[in-house]
Amino acid sequence: MNDNIIQVRDLKKHYGNGKIKALDGIDVDIRRGEVVVVIGPSGSGKSTFLRSLNLMETPTQGVILVDGVDINGKRVNVNLHRQKMGMVFQHFNLFPHMTILKNMIKAPMTLKKMPKAEAEAKALELLRRVGLEERAYDYPSQLSGGQKQRVAIVRALCMDPDVMLFDEPTSALDPEMVGEVLDVMRDLARGGMTMVVVTHEMGFAKEVGTRILFMDGGTILEQNTPAEFFANPQTDRAKEFLSKVL
Amino acid sequence: MNLSILSLLAASSLGERLSEAWNGMQAWIAAEWQDFCQTFHVNFIASNRWLSLLKGLGITLQITFFALLLGLAIGLVVASIRSSYDKNQEAMAKRGGFGWGVMKLLNGLCKLYLTVFRGTPVVVQLMIFYFVIFASSRNGTLIAIIAFGVNSGAYVAEIFRSGIASVDAGQFEAGRSLGFSYLQTMLYIIIPQAFKTILPTLCNEFIVLLKETSVAGYVGVMDLTKAGDIIRGRTFSAFMPLIAVALIYLVMVVILTWLVGKLERRLKKSER
Ligand SMILES: Nc1ncnc2c1ncn2[C@@H]1O[C@H](COP(=O)(O)OP(=O)(O)OP(=O)(O)O)[C@@H](O)[C@H]1O
Ligand SMILES: [Mg+2]
Repeated sequence: MNDNIIQVRDLKKHYGNGKIKALDGIDVDIRRGEVVVVIGPSGSGKSTFLRSLNLMETPTQGVILVDGVDINGKRVNVNLHRQKMGMVFQHFNLFPHMTILKNMIKAPMTLKKMPKAEAEAKALELLRRVGLEERAYDYPSQLSGGQKQRVAIVRALCMDPDVMLFDEPTSALDPEMVGEVLDVMRDLARGGMTMVVVTHEMGFAKEVGTRILFMDGGTILEQNTPAEFFANPQTDRAKEFLSKVL
Repeated sequence: MNLSILSLLAASSLGERLSEAWNGMQAWIAAEWQDFCQTFHVNFIASNRWLSLLKGLGITLQITFFALLLGLAIGLVVASIRSSYDKNQEAMAKRGGFGWGVMKLLNGLCKLYLTVFRGTPVVVQLMIFYFVIFASSRNGTLIAIIAFGVNSGAYVAEIFRSGIASVDAGQFEAGRSLGFSYLQTMLYIIIPQAFKTILPTLCNEFIVLLKETSVAGYVGVMDLTKAGDIIRGRTFSAFMPLIAVALIYLVMVVILTWLVGKLERRLKKSER
């Protein structure tokens, strides 16, 4: 059994006939249960990398293997693949016309044919874990930003994904709400979830991350354990970046 | 002393003149009223002319209703093609092949349809349908339904499309990232939200359609306007039948507008 759940080889994504190289040759392996934190300056390709992993972007070149299967292969069912990759967005993207509970049970009921009672029980249990079970029948507009993001996380968890992808999950939040979302993510990491997290929260990266990927110009310039990376950045670009964010 | 008598005299003659004028006016009003009653009788009661107005109203409503249904159906199909072309352009162009060719062709046809039917007057379209395309059929009402339906479909399609485009792109991404297919994402996530924003506009399109059907008389359909016009031709009095027709349209539009306003407020409230 392959220990690497995700293997990326020479991944490239170009826009505008090769003028913009959002990704310019990414090679990385991610093991089960790892919490990989992706950092780097704006426009370095962090989102594009994350979105390639669940096929929101189709690569210009290169291979992404998930569980040993080329996800851009002809026989891969895109929708089934995405069910295995939970994604959390900067702007939550909860469905405003559905209650919190409906937001959570719609996908498992529709896509996994889960009976309603079972889906609801599962959703309520997840809501309880993030301290929001009494909001189950509210609409997203009635929640604060931090509460919305916690719901977005458990909504993704309702599909039992193998990997969770986070794209700047706390960047749109008021400072006092960042902590509550990071707490949920920390619990998730402790529970053994494989996570790829794009974030500017260096405290979280140091404490929870098992590895840091530093991206610049569409490539991974540096990767290391958080302790090593923050103590001894190797490249000038990383040093410069850290001097700005720390 | 003298002065007061004079003024009294003047007052009495003024009173006399006033009452005279009053009497004259009463007589005039009575005559006018009688006249009004008579024209009213001639225009609406005699030969059961009100009945032809009522029948015309029925036909107007019938054309509006079925044209609306047809327009909604056409609009939905055209908007689906146009939106899915826009959304899947990148991915499909890359994969290429037959499906992409069909999609491109369909999108082109939809664009042509929108340009032609929004770029020419509806009366001209109606006459072309009646005298050219369906020249062998003399079922004016049915042809009017088709003409107004096809015309309205072009406007409804763009209303639908703008509604779909108005939903935040993040909603689409969230749906797809959970594993919903394109169609499921549209059905469960995008369209319910789009529908809410376009409902008032859609209702207004319905009101416009109701008024537009008044040109159905061009192809011999006895709708409300034509019925009024026929009465005018028979009785040689234009005022009453035409004002009556106008009033009927006005009442319908005012009621519909009021309902749309109510709906709009209701939707605003549910948004919180
Ligand atoms: N659809 C697109 N068309 C053209 N260029 C794009 C597109 N998406 C991304 N890019 C470009 O690709 C590069 C990488 O973008 P990406 O969003 O991955 O960066 P990022 O590291 O996530 O930045 P940020 O921190 O600002 O979110 C940028 O230069 C961006 O302008
Ligand atoms: Mg980004």
